[in-house]
Order: sequence, then structure tokens, then C-alpha cells
Amino acid sequence: MNVLVILKMVPDVVEELEVAENGAALDVEAARMMLSESDDHALEEALLLKERLGGKVTVVALDAPDVDEALYTALAKGADRVVKIEGLDQPLTTSLAAAAVCEVLRTQPDLLPADLILTGAQAIDDLDGLMAPLVAHHLRLPYLGVITGVAADEAAKFATVVKEYSGGVRGEFEVPLPAVLGVQSAERPPRYVPVAKIRAVMKTGRIETAAAPVMADGGLALTEVLALNKPEEAGGAEILSGAPEEAAGKLCGVLAERGVL
Amino acid sequence: MATCLLPGMTDLSISSLMQTEEGRRVMSCLQCGVCVGACPYGDVMDYPPRRIIAMLRAGMVEKVFLSDSLLACVACYTCMYKCPRDIRLTDTILPLAKEQVLVHQPDLPAELQRALQNTLRYGNPMGESSRKRAAWVKTCPVPVRIFAEDPRPADVLWFVECYTSYYPRGQDCSRATARLFHALGIDFAILGNEEKCAGECGRLTWEPGLYETLMDYNMAVFGKYQFRRVVTSCPHAHNAFLNRYRSLGFRWELHHVAPFLALHLDSLKRLLTRKLNYRVTYHDSCCLGRQNEFFDQPRALLDAIPGIRRVEMTHNRGNSICCGGGGGGMWLDTYYKSKGYERLSERRVKEALATGADVLAISCPYEVSRFEDALKVLGADKRMIVRDVTELLVESLGD
Repeated sequence: MNVLVILKMVPDVVEELEVAENGAALDVEAARMMLSESDDHALEEALLLKERLGGKVTVVALDAPDVDEALYTALAKGADRVVKIEGLDQPLTTSLAAAAVCEVLRTQPDLLPADLILTGAQAIDDLDGLMAPLVAHHLRLPYLGVITGVAADEAAKFATVVKEYSGGVRGEFEVPLPAVLGVQSAERPPRYVPVAKIRAVMKTGRIETAAAPVMADGGLALTEVLALNKPEEAGGAEILSGAPEEAAGKLCGVLAERGVL
Repeated sequence: MATCLLPGMTDLSISSLMQTEEGRRVMSCLQCGVCVGACPYGDVMDYPPRRIIAMLRAGMVEKVFLSDSLLACVACYTCMYKCPRDIRLTDTILPLAKEQVLVHQPDLPAELQRALQNTLRYGNPMGESSRKRAAWVKTCPVPVRIFAEDPRPADVLWFVECYTSYYPRGQDCSRATARLFHALGIDFAILGNEEKCAGECGRLTWEPGLYETLMDYNMAVFGKYQFRRVVTSCPHAHNAFLNRYRSLGFRWELHHVAPFLALHLDSLKRLLTRKLNYRVTYHDSCCLGRQNEFFDQPRALLDAIPGIRRVEMTHNRGNSICCGGGGGGMWLDTYYKSKGYERLSERRVKEALATGADVLAISCPYEVSRFEDALKVLGADKRMIVRDVTELLVESLGD
């Protein structure tokens, strides 16, 4: 079972986000990037499949700040090969990112065929979860999203996948391979890899690079961001000050005034 | 760089340790079992220190690595403090064995995993923004110089550490420390957002790689500025600097805040004019107490405060019971609860309550949250409050 995992870096929301000077994009310089959480789960699911069925895990990621750290970590966790696509300006829309990745997959020798292509079901900058279905569309492969478990036969003809619905409902599907899956969560939390192992891989491991394809007309930009704004502070909140007893008294007064008490 | 190695070790393995003088000392273990009896979790561990050594002698140490028994080790130095053979258990064989447990465990408890990942990424186990490490300074009633903004040489580099930078009650301790430094006229500066966790719990937990990464980083930042002494609020950082950073060239005079303030006791006494009508019991932190034997200094500070009556708990000084936060225990409470272990912070707070004291005084930033939580769990938070020694000193300062 050969699995290809597509990873991407997203802004770390622990840090403050800033709007770029043009008012229509995130200030990437000010942001700190981290691996998208559900992509981390996609990698974990791929490593679990490798442990169960053998085969190889190949990771592909678009270049972004700190992506090397994520790729070395993937190698330390057990990925066999990591490839970084260089030469595209950040940030990309999901449609452009999917098109660029698929073009590299098609043109770079020995990346395809893969039995499964996994990526995160969603990302904080792709709440619609378009990456996996767009990749499936470009590669003309079947797609299933919001996946929480994958089992496959050793001949890699079919995979049985668990898909999550709202309200705790789950569905089990059989999908012919190769296929693209959007992973919501792996069957177990992403594994911990000791830092010493990552440091060792940084010395001995290798990140392959692939040149980004030239996108005709800048790619197929279907949407344009007109403006990006930080939330405006609303004036609706009243902060009750004073000692606990005093503040509690004020709170009771407010609740009584509003008819709650 | 293998800075966690002892002299004579070629790599971070138990077999390498066995080639050293310390390794030979380990093998001289009498199997007396004092370590097990003294260990606060000795009753629940499948492999307490004595048994680990027995397994090592029998060539069966792999079994220890496959067990989660060592997750209960809170690196409190009790076994090492009590060992009649002076085997440095907490410093040598236990971390090496724990590292192997980390490698072999299929699932690391989620809390611990998150804390280790956060410490690597953000430089603090809470996962707070590294760019906001110095945000507490804005709430400080006295100026706090940050080296990056004003790189003039300083007498003291105050290494604030994580819980004292981010955790709100820890920040109370930092504001108190800053006020005391000002009152004593100490020329100090902090690293601000450039500071990262010293990493001591990384080494004593499971993660020498994380520890070395943090050591390399902090030493590089130290090299940017000029100062004569390092004073830290955290006994764990003090321990790290004292015992491990030296191998990377840490040569500055080193103090923890409490013993450092005790050096200024005469000056402090003149400033402590407000009478505090408290009955206080002092908890010896493991790193400050057992590991470095700073038993008298924090007590001397408390005794200098007018009005304070100090009482001792049954287990005090070298016999103190760990708060349960060391060696990764800070991030294993859910795991311990799932195993049915008593939380050590609750065990300790019960002893403190038995003294009849109304203040539990501490000198390690881990203990504020641990003991305040334990008091709430026991329904005793109206009977006793937790205060850092620095907070009590500031409360006693005149206007």
C-alpha cells in the first residue's frame, strides 16, 4: 500500500494575525506557520496503514515558512520520502494550491501512481474542505471526505473507510483504489516523535525539491479576495469591576433588571 | 551535541552509563529498598528504582521500558537523597530509562505530549504565544528592563521562566519579585520574549533532545548580552543551569530568587515594616530543597516578616513531599486520576492543613496552581491560601 500525503502549512492562531498592507491578504511575514492539524492526522493515518500493510509513505508539501521542520518531523515519524514544491508565491487559494500540487504529481516522475492520496478534510484557511475534492477532480479519482478510519486489503484494490456525519452518525464505505481521502481525524492521535530523533533526521534526512509548475494566467483563480478585516470591537460588553462581593452584587442587579432573577 | 551525557558516556543509553563510574555505583546497589519506601508513588510503581536496578542486573531491563510504570516518577529526588550508596538515581538512570519508555510507549498521555510539543514550538508548556512572554511586564507596578529594548549591561539577568511569565498567579510572583528587586536597588534586566523554558523537565521527563534544543537556544541568547549574575524564579531552571548548562559554558554566578533575597536579608528587614498576622507553613520544593539544600534561606525570609508565626509540616526539609509537578507530573494529572493514584498535591495540602496554618508558603512556580487546585478539590480553599515567599515579602513592605 503506497500512500501519498499532501501537507500544508497554515497560520498559527496562537499568534496574533495581521492584515497585509494591501488590505486583502494575511500578513504572512507577521504570521507564524504550523502544519495544518487535519493534515497531521492524514499523515498519522498513512503511517498506520504502512504499519499494517507495508508499503511506502510519500509526503508532498508546498513551500512555506517552517515547512522544512514539518517535513523533517514527517521523516522522523516514519515517512519514506518528502518532497517540497518550490517557487510559488504565498498565500495561494485552495484551488491554485490543488492545481499546482496535481501538476507536480502528474509531471514529477515516480510520485504517482499511489494507492491512496490523503490530505486533511479541512484547514483553518480552507473551512470548505476543498483541497481533497479538487485534487480528486484534477486526477480524475474517486473522493471521500471527513474520514475517521481507513482499512484496505493487501492487494490494494479497495479501501473501506469510515466517514463521520453530524450527530455521531458514521457511515462505512468501500472505495476502489486509487482514491483521494480527506481525513478528519486519524484512528489515534498523531504520534509523538522525540526531538532527538528529529534533530538526527535533520542531519541525515533529505527533503527533495520539485519546481512549481508555470500556471497559465496565474492558474485558475476562481475567486478574488476584496478585503480582509480584523473583527471590530463591539461595545456590548459591560465589565463589572470591584471586589468579588461588590461585583456579585452588581451582577445580581443586572440580572434582576433584565428579568432573569 | 550530547550535553546530557555524564563524563565517560558515549551515547544516551543505559549500557553507556554502565561504563562510567556512576554506572558502577548503580551496580553497587544494596537492594535495600529505601528508595521504594521513600518514593511518593513507590506503592503504585511496578518498577520502582530498586527493581529497575535488579532488572538491569538480570538483563531484563527491556521489560521496564515496555511498562508505563515510570510515568509515575515525579523526579522529586527523594530516592537519590535517601540512597545509602549515593546513587544519583534522579539524575542518571531514571531519565535514561524514562526516555526508553517514551520511545516504547504506543500512546503518550495526551496532556504530556501536548506540553512537550508546546515547549518545543512556543518555548513554554502551556502553548502560549512566545511573542507574549513579556506581556506581564506591562502590568508590573515598577519598571522591568528588557534586554532586547535596552541592551546596556546589567548586574543581574533575571530568568523569569514559564509559569511566572504566563500563568496569572505566577505573574503575581513576578510582579512581587520585580518590586523586591527595585526596593533593594538591584540592577536587573530580563530576556523578555527572547527567553524560552530552560528545559529541565525535558531532561527529567523523557526528552533529552528537547532539553538540548532549549539549552542551545538559551545559551545563544545569553551570549548576546552582558550581565554578572543569573537569578531565576524557577527552581527547575536553577537546577538546569547549575547541573547541565555548565557543559555548554554557563559560567555566570547563579541564584534562585529565594536564596538570592536571603543574601539581602539585612536590607530587607529594614523594609519589612507591615505586620502580617499569618500562621505560615513552608513547603520545600524538591529542586530547591533536596537537590540543592536551600532549606534555611526561604525560612529565614519568612521569619524576617513581622507578625508571621511559622509552623512545620510533618514532612519538611529533606523529607518534604513533592507537589507532584516535577518530571512531567505537571502534565499527567488526568493520567494519574485515570490510574486511581492520589494526587501528591492533595497529599501535601492535607499535611499543610493539619498544621493549622492559614498560609502555605512556596518558592516554586509549579506549586501555586497545584496547591491552589488541591485546596479547592479538598474544599479547603477558605481555610488556607497559597503564597509565594516573594508575595508575602511584598505584602510586608512599607509604603
